[in-house]
Amino acid sequence: MDNHSNAARLTEPMEETDDSPAVEQIIQKEATMAPPMAEKPSDTSRLPARIWMKTIGARYLVRIMALIVAVVLWELASRNGFHFYINFDNIPAPSVVGAALVDELAGQEFYLHILHSLERVAIAYVIAVVLGVILGVAMGRSRWAEDIILPYIELLRPIPAVAWIPLAILMLPTEQSSIIFITFLGALFPVILNTVHGVEQTSSVLVRAARSLGASRTAILWHVVLPGAMPSIVAGLAIGMGVAWFSLLAGEIISGQYGIGYYTWNSYTLIQYPQIIIGMLTIGGLGTLCTLLVRKGCNPLLKWQAKGGRS
Amino acid sequence: MNEALLNDNRLAVLDHSRLRAKAGKPGVERGRISVRDVDIVFDTPTGSHVAVQNANLTVRPGEFVCLLGPSGCGKSTLMNSIAGFVPPTRGDVTVDSEAVTAPGPDRGMVFQQHSLFPWKTVRENVAFGPLMAGVGQNEANSVARTFLSLVGLAAFENAYPNTLSGGMQQRVGIARALANYPSVLLMDEPFGALDAQTRIMMQENLLEIWREFHNTVVFVTHDIDEAVFLSDRIVVMSASPGRIIADIKVDLPRPREQSLLTSPGFMALKRQCLDLIRKETLSAFQQQNKAG
Repeated sequence: MDNHSNAARLTEPMEETDDSPAVEQIIQKEATMAPPMAEKPSDTSRLPARIWMKTIGARYLVRIMALIVAVVLWELASRNGFHFYINFDNIPAPSVVGAALVDELAGQEFYLHILHSLERVAIAYVIAVVLGVILGVAMGRSRWAEDIILPYIELLRPIPAVAWIPLAILMLPTEQSSIIFITFLGALFPVILNTVHGVEQTSSVLVRAARSLGASRTAILWHVVLPGAMPSIVAGLAIGMGVAWFSLLAGEIISGQYGIGYYTWNSYTLIQYPQIIIGMLTIGGLGTLCTLLVRKGCNPLLKWQAKGGRS
Repeated sequence: MNEALLNDNRLAVLDHSRLRAKAGKPGVERGRISVRDVDIVFDTPTGSHVAVQNANLTVRPGEFVCLLGPSGCGKSTLMNSIAGFVPPTRGDVTVDSEAVTAPGPDRGMVFQQHSLFPWKTVRENVAFGPLMAGVGQNEANSVARTFLSLVGLAAFENAYPNTLSGGMQQRVGIARALANYPSVLLMDEPFGALDAQTRIMMQENLLEIWREFHNTVVFVTHDIDEAVFLSDRIVVMSASPGRIIADIKVDLPRPREQSLLTSPGFMALKRQCLDLIRKETLSAFQQQNKAG
């Protein structure tokens, strides 16, 4: 049961990938909302244990229950062949998907798909982060850089990853590089835009304080601008990781022999319906997991934000 | 975490001889400020705004001078030109006969609030100036600890600024400015955001510190009590355009304590300042009414 509820939760992000304008909107919304959200944990972490159980514990319980209800309804719909506009005739029930998942986990092939996808995301993400932060800082610090780079971003950012597929195939030498390119583009824009936003928020009082303490321009960049922009940069890194996974799926559908996106699409061609759902949930799960790792990994950079810290 | 720490005599902890040696030899004058015929004009969308007009001011080494005036009278702008943030449109500003062209560690700044680096611990904030001056990490840390003891915050060296009260943050700000051994300390309404009780303790604490260092202090405030209590001289400024309209010598005995606030000498000076400020504030209102 636990497996199923987890699985159902992971379908949420997948629904968004069907509709790219909505995805863009969500990204934008997340991008603008991210900094205030970063302050939230400090409030909840101060609650005494008993109240925590009553409020946060109870809320998680409700969330888990909501997912279980969805899984049960799905099971019933599949078993009874529900068909009223939405057709469940060919949709495998959660129990069938679970059994197929157990089989997949016993083999080697499935892990190879995951490994290939992880490799592509890792390469694309590292390039996107390095380039995105450098370009973002340059744009935030220099009007020239902003005027030169911004038109490209405004023009290219709304193009969904899928639309890049033909051009990526034509321009780049190998399938692998096309897929990585598409994944990279997805991650790049949130990183750049959040970095620019963070750098532009630099407090002028802190810059003046640093100058009056004898700091050079380079020292101000390292000691004032970058740390000040860090909450926003971290939000961009987390959003970029999520977008990298949706873009990867688009890239892997075109081609390749391995990769979790390829696996999903190939299962459809081979009429292996439970495997489609396993593929979808795996992408969702890996995307969520990687985003969480990015957030956790960046926490030491933001430890100063926590209230009541060391003393 | 309470302000009572202020009253501890932390100065005894310090190795004064070492600090004085760094702050400059006793015989050598350091920290003479000269402001000559200074105008500061800003271009705004609605035309040019004269923030400071024909300012002339000399501050002797070791003198404690308050710039007093209503809000918007250009007192902070004048101080920023001494700090090197705002170039004068006309005239010149020199510190120890050198023209001021940029901010520098010889002129320590203390701001009103939110000027500590929130991502650095209290010690890292204070050590920042010495590090920028090129001393090693260990020495910078030891200088930082010395100055944190001076302001009574040695126990908080590893805290982040957002965990401290406003008064404690300002004390860290003072320690940070002093850690560069500046010849001039520029303070821009440093206690303006604090509650009244904390403010008076901060003022006493500042005077204690100043007695040790005896560096030149220029202190911007709109609080008359604060100006009279702290300074050797009060320079009163008028509102738009900002002009120096009075230079009042404060001949009250030092060391000063809170009891001074009700003494006749204090009252007389306060009344003199009040009258000047009131006249200026009224004329500023009339100007605004005409403009509106």
